[in-house]
Amino acid sequence: MAPDAGLTRDTDWDGVRLHIVTGKGGTGKTTVAAALALALASEGRRVLLAEVEGRQGISQSFDVAPLAATEARIAHAAHGGEVFGLSVDAKAALLEYLQMYYKLGRAGGMLEKFGAIDFATTIAPGVRDVLLTGKVYEAVRRRRDHRAKGPGAAPAYDAVVVDAPPTGRVVRFLNVNHEVADLAKVGPIRSQANSITSMLKSPQTAVHLVTLLEEMPVQETVDTIAELRAVGMPVGGVVVNQVREEILSKDVLEAASLGAISREEVATDLRRVHVRATDALVDGLLSEARDHAERVALERDEAEVIAGLGRPTYRLPSLSEGVDANGIREMAETLMVQGMA
Amino acid sequence: MVTVLDIDALLGDPQTRIIVCCGAGGVGKTTTAAALGLRAAESGRRVVVLTIDPARRLAQSLGLTTLDNTPRPVADIDDTSGGSLDAMMLDMKRTFDEVVEAHSTPEKAAQILANPFYQAVSSSFAGTQEYMAMEKLGQLRLEADLDPDSPRWDLIVVDTPPSRSALDFLDAPKRLGSFLDGRFIRILAAPAKAGGRAYVKVFSAGVNAATKTMTKVLGGQMLSDVQTFVAALDTMFGGFRKRADHTYALLSDRTTTFIVVAAPERDALREASYFVDRLDEEGMPLAGLVINRMYRVSAHGLSAARALGAAEELGDEDTLSSSGAGSSGDLESEVSNHARITQGLLRMHAVQAEVADRHESLAKRFMAGHPGIPMVEVPAASGDIHDLVGLRAVGGALAGQ
Repeated sequence: MAPDAGLTRDTDWDGVRLHIVTGKGGTGKTTVAAALALALASEGRRVLLAEVEGRQGISQSFDVAPLAATEARIAHAAHGGEVFGLSVDAKAALLEYLQMYYKLGRAGGMLEKFGAIDFATTIAPGVRDVLLTGKVYEAVRRRRDHRAKGPGAAPAYDAVVVDAPPTGRVVRFLNVNHEVADLAKVGPIRSQANSITSMLKSPQTAVHLVTLLEEMPVQETVDTIAELRAVGMPVGGVVVNQVREEILSKDVLEAASLGAISREEVATDLRRVHVRATDALVDGLLSEARDHAERVALERDEAEVIAGLGRPTYRLPSLSEGVDANGIREMAETLMVQGMA
Repeated sequence: MVTVLDIDALLGDPQTRIIVCCGAGGVGKTTTAAALGLRAAESGRRVVVLTIDPARRLAQSLGLTTLDNTPRPVADIDDTSGGSLDAMMLDMKRTFDEVVEAHSTPEKAAQILANPFYQAVSSSFAGTQEYMAMEKLGQLRLEADLDPDSPRWDLIVVDTPPSRSALDFLDAPKRLGSFLDGRFIRILAAPAKAGGRAYVKVFSAGVNAATKTMTKVLGGQMLSDVQTFVAALDTMFGGFRKRADHTYALLSDRTTTFIVVAAPERDALREASYFVDRLDEEGMPLAGLVINRMYRVSAHGLSAARALGAAEELGDEDTLSSSGAGSSGDLESEVSNHARITQGLLRMHAVQAEVADRHESLAKRFMAGHPGIPMVEVPAASGDIHDLVGLRAVGGALAGQ
């Protein structure tokens, strides 16, 4: 395998190493994050897929044992590619951080005993988010060979994908600098927040949004993009998930919504192929067609709103079998074909 | 055997005073809460709906344009049965401020409200929203009961925050409560006072090391803000614990009931299942499960496979008839056009029937794992819901109509 095999394919996000995936609850952001990680890992690359809310959504998507606060391989991709999974835990991140920077031995246990660790990771505002994003920051910057220095040194991961909090909370989560601004004006938390922020705002980061063609998720996508721009975070692509296959042509949809499809002709056709065309059945089909036409029209409106955002957009078809590990591979394939990875 | 969740019986029971809607994000929790409130109000109850973070247009449909922490009447409901409907959006910071003001002297309250640490906790601590939602619920309940002869509200419907975990609102009050009167914060608050006591002496080296490390990590200024905050809150410690306990008691009261909301998707049902178990563990009263957005077909009795087969056959027949000699050109295209339409209808039906089957089997599997839990399914609407007409229709579906 050539070490630079990945460079041979052109993608929309060349140069981006940190992919943050958000979306309204129920849009499938976790599975999209998993698919993106798999797609990025193809051609022999190493990718870290991290979740930050302890939901264990990733392990469930890949059907592997629950992720721990240490990185473990969860999937193989084409040509020797590997996806590692991590459930970032604030407490573990804090203890690791203290160990790394303060060489804390017994005092760590002491802090734990007095409830100081709990305080820092659950109560102290903003600190939790600094710790969670801080761990991601560390993973992005880590070198494969920890002694190697300088820009030429190979990174431990070619890309890091984060299954981030949902749209309602993601900007607050990422904007750690603002979170701790009033509290920590100087000191280690402040400088840590500063470094994280400069990485998050750099061109090596992209915040992707997952949506469905429904009003509320699209509205949240629009709002979140505006919020991201307002704080200077790089907006990535929009992934439209669960796109329905177009079954009826435009003229049929129109006829269906106008109620202009002939019941008799449909009944005759059905009888020709030996379907018992009762009135109830024919009426049922026509009413399904009317509802379908209404949905398609709403979806068109929402698709237009998304097109108006002017962001690279990817469409993932609705998987009739539901999403399992194979479904994620299928989604990864689609994302690659469309140039997201 | 599926037990049907009888929503009208639940809403009509005067013993039902609080309904808590919970479930994963994006399953239609807020819509369900609003639809329940509307249906109860139109059947004669005096209802207040507490929403946490409603979608803009849904909020507008309830007349909620500002987040002002005050219940306001919803206009245009049918009040012929003598009911009423108020709705409000939670302002968590304001609710926290009110708690502080209610429990301390004006000077002390001012000192707390001005503290940077308090400001951060009250507006961004991950559990504050949950804590304040429950606090507000307690307040609404007290307000409702001010005049027992003519209560302002006889039913409170509450939507739970879109938490990291659907269970956060059960845990957050306890967590914040136990932190606020826990050991760590006392050490922070009064190192001098504590140092005089014998048992602390043993630990004082540890305390010092802990404080020193905290200073290193958090920075001295943040630590001193915390200390000021804690000192100012000192008088309220017991109060916070009590309130958390009170909220918990209110949630397990027999006039409170929980409705778990889900969508027919693996993840949402898994969370619902987790929630059902957790409520059971805590002894919280569960009314049942609502599965929103269930896909249903209108053309019953035609399976997906049969529809696909028929569509294919129609295609074959069509080719046969159009390749047959002697038919006039016009008639031929006419025939193939409506055959094409029918074929499309059959294919569309096949896709819908497949989705409907999948939803049904997901729901069935859930019920098999949780026998005896009453359930009601709400069919998927073809559009979004953002007015009273839509909410009324959801209410009807919840009641099995």
